Formats: sequence, C-alpha cells, structure tokens
Amino acid sequence: MFQTKMELTPDEKEILEGKQGETLQKVMASVVLYGEVFGAKRLVPLDGPVHLVTSFGIPLLTPVFEMMDELIAHNLKTKDPFTVDPRPLDYANVKCNPLEKLVFKIMYGKQEEYEGQLQKVGLKDENAFSCTCYLPEVGNIPKKGDILAWAESSAVVYANSVIGARSNRNSGIIELFCGILGKAPEFGLLTDEGRRAKWLVEVKTTKVPNAQVLGSAIGMKVVEDVPYITGLDRFLGAGLSPDTCDYLKDMGAASASNGAVGLYHVENITPEAVEEGRNLLVEGYQKYVIDDQEIERVIRSYPLLWKRPEARPQVCFIGCPHLSLKQLRDWAEKIASGLEKAGRRRVAVPTLLCAAPDVVEAFKKDTAAYNRLLATGARTTSICALMYMNNPLCAKRPVITNSNKLRTYTTAKFMLDDEVLDAIINS
Amino acid sequence: MAKEFKGRVILGGETTGEAVVSRYGMNLLATYQKSALKKAKRVICADQNNPDLYKKDLTDKIICLPQTIGSTTGGMVLETAVQMGLGPRAMLFSGHIDSLAAAGIILSDVWLKKRIITIDQLGEDFLQSVQDGQTIEIKADGTVVVS
Repeated sequence: MFQTKMELTPDEKEILEGKQGETLQKVMASVVLYGEVFGAKRLVPLDGPVHLVTSFGIPLLTPVFEMMDELIAHNLKTKDPFTVDPRPLDYANVKCNPLEKLVFKIMYGKQEEYEGQLQKVGLKDENAFSCTCYLPEVGNIPKKGDILAWAESSAVVYANSVIGARSNRNSGIIELFCGILGKAPEFGLLTDEGRRAKWLVEVKTTKVPNAQVLGSAIGMKVVEDVPYITGLDRFLGAGLSPDTCDYLKDMGAASASNGAVGLYHVENITPEAVEEGRNLLVEGYQKYVIDDQEIERVIRSYPLLWKRPEARPQVCFIGCPHLSLKQLRDWAEKIASGLEKAGRRRVAVPTLLCAAPDVVEAFKKDTAAYNRLLATGARTTSICALMYMNNPLCAKRPVITNSNKLRTYTTAKFMLDDEVLDAIINS
Repeated sequence: MAKEFKGRVILGGETTGEAVVSRYGMNLLATYQKSALKKAKRVICADQNNPDLYKKDLTDKIICLPQTIGSTTGGMVLETAVQMGLGPRAMLFSGHIDSLAAAGIILSDVWLKKRIITIDQLGEDFLQSVQDGQTIEIKADGTVVVS
C-alpha cells in the first residue's frame, strides 16, 4: 500500500490496506491517488447517485471491460442506482446506409455486453441513458448542496450551477469508483473556495442572446474558471422558471464544451448567486463584456468543416444536450406549424429530435402531437449525436445542428434555432 | 548545455528518453484512437488540431505538454494505449496535471501495474525551452534534466 497524506477514516484505511479485498483496494487507491493529485485532504460521502459518462461499448477500451468483469466478479456495485450518458445507436429512427451500419457494428461492437456489465454494477434501469439525467422524467435529481461525483460535462455544469449541488468534472471510471465507495475526494468545486468566481461576465446585448452562443463565448473566454454572469435577468426574469432552466441547460453545455466550465453563477437567477450575490467574486476578478457585436464575432469565428460548404444538409440534429419535455414539444410544434405555413407536408432535411428515453415516452403520451410530428418525417431518438458523428462515414455527411457542443466536437454546422427551422422546412 | 527543472512528482521513477513536445493541449482520444483501433505497433498522433504532435511517432517518448484536453473518456483511452504497449515513457506537465491525464496514469498504475512516470508543475520556461528530439533524464525527486 502506498503512503497517503489524506486523512482517512478507519474503514477507508482498512479498504486501502486490502482488508476488504484486492479489487476494492484498487478502487480506493485510484480514488485516493486522484484526490491527492488535486490536493484533497479527505473523502466526503456522496448524497446522490453518480452519473457515468461511458455509455458506449467500443471494443478498443479493453481495460475498461476487464475492470468491469473484475468488479462484477467481486460483487461490487454502486451504493445507489446510477444513470449514464446516451446510447450510441438507434437504427429504427436514425437511418444509415449499409456501410455506415457496418462501421457502427465494428465501432460499438461491445455495446450489448457493456450494457450488461453496467446493469450488474448498478445501472438504474433500461431507460437510464441520457446526458440530462437531472430532468424530472429521468429522475437522477440532486438537491442544493448535495455532494456528487458526476462525469458528463453538461450534466456537471447543470447540477453545480442551476441546482447548486457540488460535483467536480470527473474523468470517466473515477466517477464509477466514487459511486462504489459512496465517497468523493474533497477538492475544487466541492469546496466553498473552489466555487467563487474569477470572472465577472456582463451581458449587455439588446435582446436575449442565443443560449448556445452565449455559453460558447463564455467558455472560450474563461476556459475552466467560474464566471459570475450579470444582465441575463433582464431577459429571463429573476429565479428559475422552466424556460430559464432550459436556457441555462443549453448555455452551460456550450460553456463546458467550448471551454471547460464546471460552474457558473447568474445574478438573481442561480441559487448561490441569489443567496450571496457579488460576494461570490474573488478579489481581483477579471471582466468580460458581451454585447451584440461580441455575439456576432463569436458566431463568425466558427469554422465550417464540410468538404463542400455549399452542400445541401443531409441530417439535422436538435437536442445536444438532450431536449427537455417542453423543448421537445416546442420543436415538434414549430416544425409541424412551420410546414403547414409553408404549404409543405414533410421536412426537407431528415431531422432528429434527441431526448432521454423517459422524456420521449412522456411526449408520446400526447398521441396527437406525436403523430403530427411523425407525419412531418422528423423523428425522436435517444442517441448521443456525438457518437453518431464519431462514425467517420457519418462525419462526412453535411450535418446541421443548433448545438454548440456538437459543432465543437464534430464536423456539424452550427445554426441558430430560426435558421435550423428554416433549413429543415425550406432547404 | 543541459538545463535543469524541478516539478512535483505525481508518479515517481527514473528514466531517460527522447522528448516530444506539444505546446497545445493534447487530446488523448484524438491522438491515440486511430493507432489503437488499427492495433498498430507504434502510435502516430492522429490529432489534426494539434500541429505540434500531428503525425509524429509518440511511442515510448517522453511527452512534454501543458495539459490534456477533450472527452472525459481520455483517461480510459490513455490506459488502453498503455495496455497495448503504446503509452508514453513519461509525461511532463508544465502546469498542474488535469483530471483526464491524472485518471489515465492512475488507472494504468493501479489496474495494469504499468507506470507512466509523471511530473507536473515544471513551469512555463520548461515548455518554452524543451525541443523535440532532446534527451531528457528524469530523477526520482522530480528533477528533469534536458540536454
């Protein structure tokens, strides 16, 4: 056993000494070493289930499958049932040609086996696959102040900022180990000091900025620091309405992927900002002003990575991160009524509305709305659009999206919501 | 003339090897995925967004970098590369090690019993002065000698 500087409880020491088995010892050693690297002095109990980032069975990751087998062989599972990021495949709703399908079968060749492993180490249920685990329909909902160990960047930033829970941006597998131990190393965003803002971001636009662009601008500027954002309450109102939560979900995901933001505070809106206001700012904070020109500059800075810039879009993804139920209903309505106004029946671009399985099921209960959407040719799915685009053949397709996260990690072209709607109706 | 730097030991050890330098964040998934998928004997960096490393042979080299970036699967990808014998001999960070690289080296060390000697906080001057192909000697106390 290695010598640790961390203050461990007798039970934690016993685990680290291997008295509860070699596998649990390795789990503890991994978490303790990880915490030490970031200056953690102790482990603290988790208040809620973990959310895993690794949802895909890529045969390449052999050490992960072997480690999972070892955990299962020793009956180790998470203290609470966990949720996980979206599945990569949905042939029924996300059409692909035989060659693309062949590549998917190779790429995600261990999907079934891996999902079996997830179930054995504590997966909540068959529908637990979504990046928006915190939505009411999905049910992994932390409370303010809860200590968590999540890994999906868009979920971490939402839990920290909108809910006021406390999670670091953990690396994959480390979050699973924390879930097994029921504990996380205390550092960074788990501490009061780590949650203070190093940036004052003043939103001075003349209208509500697009959430995905605003998040992108903030992420690129502050990178991994915590920003304190002012000026948004002029447009969103004070406090957290459902619409504001959806706005912040998309803004946060963009800030986490265009930079590495794990927490933001919004004046008069997010819980810690409401309680503490500008006292959250550290001494000597930096300042960033976002006006209409800055929003335009950020949009113009996005490179178009299509081979033929003038190509006609072949696929449209809406919902990265996954849509809330209200967003799904709104998009379905906008597409259907937009087509009616244009005198058309079906979308011009195959369009996929991505949402958690439980959210899609809730949407389907409104049979009339669901059938109206199906009649347009658009489809709902619960896959991760990023995982679709990881297929090199799919990456060559001209894909459009309103997601800044999808734009950042793939060749998809970013468009504002109205532009996306226009493209899928009139392209 | 040899230049000496001192950092914080994350995973200690002594070794000597050839430097390969990235002044940009190193995307672990983009760097290793192609070589690992092909089950190649050597790892050639496939990250087109990293002009310092793209198409360079990283096998058994001492990687000098500011931090790693990208997907939170990065740690697992690094562990996979190590299991396949494609991992670096050592990783030397100019600043504080990030969570992805930390997970990768720790998972390799604890679960595969394969150590990537890792030192961080070597300072900006280290990353500015070290060049591709230079010989690097790493000592157990975190001293790094570049010649």
